[in-house]
Amino acid sequence: MSNQKPIAENLFTWPSDQPKLLGSKDTETGRYFFPAKKSNTHEQVELSRKGKLWTWTVQRFMPKTPYIGTENPEDFKPYAVGYIELPGEIMVESRLEGVDPEDLEIGMEMELSIDPFVKNEEGEELMMFSFRPCKN
Amino acid sequence: MSDVAIIGIGIHPFGRTEGMTGLQQGVHAAREALSDADMEWSDIQFAFGGSAAAGSADAMVNDLGLTGIPFMNVSNGCATGGSSLLSAYTTIKSGQFDIGMAVGFDKHPRGAFNADPEASGLPKWYGETGLMLTTQFFGMKIQRYMNDYGITSDTLALVAEKAFNNASLNPNAWRREPVSKDTILNAMMVSDPLTKYMFCSPAEGAVALILCKAELAHKYTSKPLFLKGAAFRSRPLGSFEVFSPSLEIERGPSPTVGASDATFEMAGMTREDIDLAQLQDTESGAEIMHMSENGFCKDGEQEKLLQDGDTKLNGKFPVNTDGGCIANGEPIGASGLRQVYENCVQLRGAAGKRQVQGNPKTAYTHVYGAPGISACTIITT
Repeated sequence: MSNQKPIAENLFTWPSDQPKLLGSKDTETGRYFFPAKKSNTHEQVELSRKGKLWTWTVQRFMPKTPYIGTENPEDFKPYAVGYIELPGEIMVESRLEGVDPEDLEIGMEMELSIDPFVKNEEGEELMMFSFRPCKN
Repeated sequence: MSDVAIIGIGIHPFGRTEGMTGLQQGVHAAREALSDADMEWSDIQFAFGGSAAAGSADAMVNDLGLTGIPFMNVSNGCATGGSSLLSAYTTIKSGQFDIGMAVGFDKHPRGAFNADPEASGLPKWYGETGLMLTTQFFGMKIQRYMNDYGITSDTLALVAEKAFNNASLNPNAWRREPVSKDTILNAMMVSDPLTKYMFCSPAEGAVALILCKAELAHKYTSKPLFLKGAAFRSRPLGSFEVFSPSLEIERGPSPTVGASDATFEMAGMTREDIDLAQLQDTESGAEIMHMSENGFCKDGEQEKLLQDGDTKLNGKFPVNTDGGCIANGEPIGASGLRQVYENCVQLRGAAGKRQVQGNPKTAYTHVYGAPGISACTIITT
């Protein structure tokens, strides 16, 4: 595990068996923010690991910069993207893994997952969050 | 206070023009507008203009003439043209100047727009992991809308089919070949549920408009048009916008709703008063959602309106009569003014084969863009 690190600081709890996204809550208004906002009135909060798919699409062509995925245009595989509604908190935009786009449905139960995204120049695996359908 | 009239309009055809910069296309449009109003550049007392990716509009004075006028550069994303027009309107309304120009132009490379997360105040990882694409936002917004209000893919295709049909009658449009509904539906999927033909592409083009105090208008044209309302709004809490790593669970209205209401209030008119409209159609879904966000129908009614052909050129309420962004492409700085140009052509009765019948007297425009901005206008005869 030592050669793995989150793609950004303060994005999710790591390392952890039950990682959670890190957001913030405005103590005056009660509104949730993701990613976490640094402010005198904000407290950091761990967001729910599970939620419902609110909407989705599929990225069918390989993105240009600033995308750092290491696929070639020839072996690029379309990936799904969606918003997950974390009950009572906020909707989070995320890549959707472990599911065929054909099977995506608004309202389906999804769960947070942390996986290697790319390797950086030092050979470290940069870890990124995604959501996957809940295992029943 | 006096009204504001539009007395001159000019355009450089949209699409791809090799060997011509965006700025040069702007100059072309400006000269055409001057000629249309039968005036000289030296008659122009002030100008507002802008582009997103093709340089500073005020550099046009090198070609148009060094008359020393105040020429303000405007940079406001997709609402650049709308903001220039609104600024020109306010300048005349305030009594500071009597005659001015609003100009917008652009020239973008092929392919989807590149996005810079940090320029938008977003974390780097958001762009690096492939989440920062406008096309994804468009797909996700209409996907949810279709789920909530029963809009079908067939209707998405009808929007694009209409755009290409209208453009085939517009010599200034980019994509002037009609494309059948089946071809549109079966084309490569870009961001589900939107196929290649349902999206606009970055492009080139320019538009210039000359405005003046209404009392002066008849000196320059026998058919002045009047800018009765123009308003700009940014996003309120709870709207669903492009480039949002998160959204509020409690949904709110889009910036379009606020801009539209403000425009109608300013004009003292209602939706029923409008004869035709140009609504931002970055893709098919946007046109559909913007019909209701602008108050021209209720959510979900678009399905029947489109299937009945009500928004075609010969329908009850024509929308995007020049082919819209889908067939004209999206030169960011010019799109908003293209819509106003088309409304002027229609209200002058000069639209040729795409002329809306019944002698239209009122027309509406709406632009929308990142990071959640909208600008609308109402023009009357």
